[in-house]
Amino acid sequence: MKNKIQKIAYNSLVVLFLTVNYSCSDELNERNELFPQLNPTNTDELAGTWKTFLLTTPDEFSLDAPIPTNAAAFTREINEIKSYQASITPEQKKIIKYWSAGGVLRWNEIMRTLVARHNRPPYQNEDGTYPTPSPANPFANPEFPFSNPPYAARAYAYVSAAQYDAMIATWHYKKLYNRAAPFTVDATLPVLIPKSGLPSYPSEDAVLAGVTVELLKLLFPTEIAYIQEKAEEQKLYRIISGANVRSDVDAGIILGRKIAGKFIARAASDGTGAAIGNQALWTQLETQTAATGETPWISLDVPARPPMLPLFGKVKSFLMTPEMVVASRPVPPPSTKSQQFAKELAEVKSYGKNATKKNMQIVTFWADGVGTYTPPGHWNAIASESFVALNYSEVRWARNMALLNIALMDAAISCWDAKYTYFNPRPSQVDPSIKTLTGTPNFPSYVSGHSTFSGAASVVLSHLVPEKAKSFIAMAKEASDSRMFGCIHYRSDCEKGLELGEKVGGFAVARALIDGAE
Amino acid sequence: MKKFYLSCLLLTSLFMNAQTEIDGIMMSKNNFCFGAVYQHSSWDEYWEGTFKRENLNLGTVYTESVTLNGNYGVSDKLNIIFSLPYVETKASAGTMGGQKGLQDLSLTIKYMPFEKTIGKATYSLYALGGLSAPISDYSADYLPLSLGLKSKTASLRLMGDYQNGHFFTTLSGAYIKRANIIIERNSYYTNQMYYTNEVDMPDAISVNYRIGYRTNRLIAEAVLDNWVTQSGGFDITTNNMPFPSNTMNALKIGVNTKYTLKKIPALSIIGGYNFVLQGRNIGQSNTFYGGIFYILNLKKATQENEK
Repeated sequence: MKNKIQKIAYNSLVVLFLTVNYSCSDELNERNELFPQLNPTNTDELAGTWKTFLLTTPDEFSLDAPIPTNAAAFTREINEIKSYQASITPEQKKIIKYWSAGGVLRWNEIMRTLVARHNRPPYQNEDGTYPTPSPANPFANPEFPFSNPPYAARAYAYVSAAQYDAMIATWHYKKLYNRAAPFTVDATLPVLIPKSGLPSYPSEDAVLAGVTVELLKLLFPTEIAYIQEKAEEQKLYRIISGANVRSDVDAGIILGRKIAGKFIARAASDGTGAAIGNQALWTQLETQTAATGETPWISLDVPARPPMLPLFGKVKSFLMTPEMVVASRPVPPPSTKSQQFAKELAEVKSYGKNATKKNMQIVTFWADGVGTYTPPGHWNAIASESFVALNYSEVRWARNMALLNIALMDAAISCWDAKYTYFNPRPSQVDPSIKTLTGTPNFPSYVSGHSTFSGAASVVLSHLVPEKAKSFIAMAKEASDSRMFGCIHYRSDCEKGLELGEKVGGFAVARALIDGAE
Repeated sequence: MKKFYLSCLLLTSLFMNAQTEIDGIMMSKNNFCFGAVYQHSSWDEYWEGTFKRENLNLGTVYTESVTLNGNYGVSDKLNIIFSLPYVETKASAGTMGGQKGLQDLSLTIKYMPFEKTIGKATYSLYALGGLSAPISDYSADYLPLSLGLKSKTASLRLMGDYQNGHFFTTLSGAYIKRANIIIERNSYYTNQMYYTNEVDMPDAISVNYRIGYRTNRLIAEAVLDNWVTQSGGFDITTNNMPFPSNTMNALKIGVNTKYTLKKIPALSIIGGYNFVLQGRNIGQSNTFYGGIFYILNLKKATQENEK
């Protein structure tokens, strides 16, 4: 009897532990690790003629002619590739696997990481005021930037637009100089990625590294070391894999940097620096709304936090004039004294009281709040995963991401314009008994940012990938609804936000029709 | 003759006050002890990494729970124990709504392979194997107001107990293995981006020391408990949101008592208090609890039925 019990006890403990140790694998399957190597079905050979955003012509920035492929110096560059390949390390193979999925794709992912890492509101001072992140002193507390949704939308847009112009210039020079790829010159050279039929000078990956690094230095100045490390990996990947020789890469970096300068100059004067406003403006927003008889928005943060980027609606868009922003502005929200408002407030309250599991899942899935890559980042992730399946060339990747991100930046501009024109309160401000299922954002309610971003993204993506239009539209609707289910927005905020997003997304679609790529 | 002390072990896997009450006593064979414990826990300061702060957008965070517990003596040396908490959370300030629901069911096998009495001193050794799993579909990714971390866990605890007269001391250490969890987002940032809805949860080590007075009728003890998250966790950065796979550490001190009624020896009352001395990525909680337990001798009941 005693032995039996002892046996049972020992055996159950042993079995329990073995089961646990063998069945609980901690390995995660990450979707972005499964992306295949880029192997475009169409190289978009004539993309050097597509319409650019800021470059006046594709050759606005000059690029020296390459050394001929029959020169001894070129042979030495091929020998460099061979010497790397002869002693390739597992770490280098990993780098090749990572970057060969595509440069635009990977830089977009890196940006999403940077946005998530810096998407934190500043911690208050002792006296209850808040310090402001400063680009002049980015390492101070709080670090610069606070990559909230408008900041993030603009950052994604600048990088994407600059990458696009840089790819147009790259395709122009590829055709102009028509330098053969190293594996064409030396047929014995092993190539570790799918061979591209394009001329190899300058290297598109190097141009991407060059242009992106310069912009990210501006947008995320505390991350320069991390960004440089990524760029070095990308350059190395092109050489080790046999896709480019050193001079393709060096020329690409130079060209990318020059093009970045034009975008950096624009960013310095696009109005973002002033978007935070000042105490006088914050007070004025309140008094001018109160003067209309409406309830002005107040911060629900404790201590009260100044409203997020009240002048972001004035930031210079890539596709909209200030007049277009005003013309697109949605009609005023229902007055806080109206029956319509009371009805919508009651609806929000009911979502809080009867929070279903399904609704909570939707709220969480689309929340994209503090510490995340923001709603624009979420749509970048959705777009990337759709584009991966379509095997685009780098230039088409850049173009489609630019159209998406410029539309998302326009969504931020026009949504923030509406928010600070109407300056209306959140549901929990009007009725403090309303408890939310996600954090209450620190800016006025009308219209919903998530709805505007999602409307814009779904319109652009539906144009680019029409076979998935239904799913993009459904996702946008769900993202929009999530804010109502989460009790931080009224129905009008969401519906008018979606409409506004669709309208500004239309400007990017109009551009897509005439940029030469379709 | 410690086996006459009737023990009810309660394991609540609540992350905030991951309290494991582990005592060096066994249920006698065929006895079934069951009961309920009410627990009230609150904090208004917490640690973001090592930075201790308050958050006026949360005010005071409350966690209340009622836990059903049972302990069956398969033999004098082998007990099977379960616990099931119903939890409710809320914050006194800010707009975020609280949560309520059933949390994790835990099952523990407690085995005493060794017991020796020399004079007035009794030495005993124990091994405890535990499993826990969420039994409702609550959201782990709703910290600090989620009901729990939703990870299935398996733990192995080794424990030694020394009793001399009415005084005793117990030392134990456990390794808690935690399974990955699924959250309701398909990407998240810890200190890097992950494009998956699965989260790798760090394991934990728990060391528990207790010392006190123990008789048939009364147990009174002081407890020191140290819960240390193992590698794979990460710190909350300033003004960021907490996340289920944060490194959550807690050094707690507390007292437990258990009193068995003289007139109804099958009935006992428990109560206690503990607080977090030092922590990391958790609230500095104050916890009170109280409960009531009843013991049934199943064999006797069966015999009586047969008569």
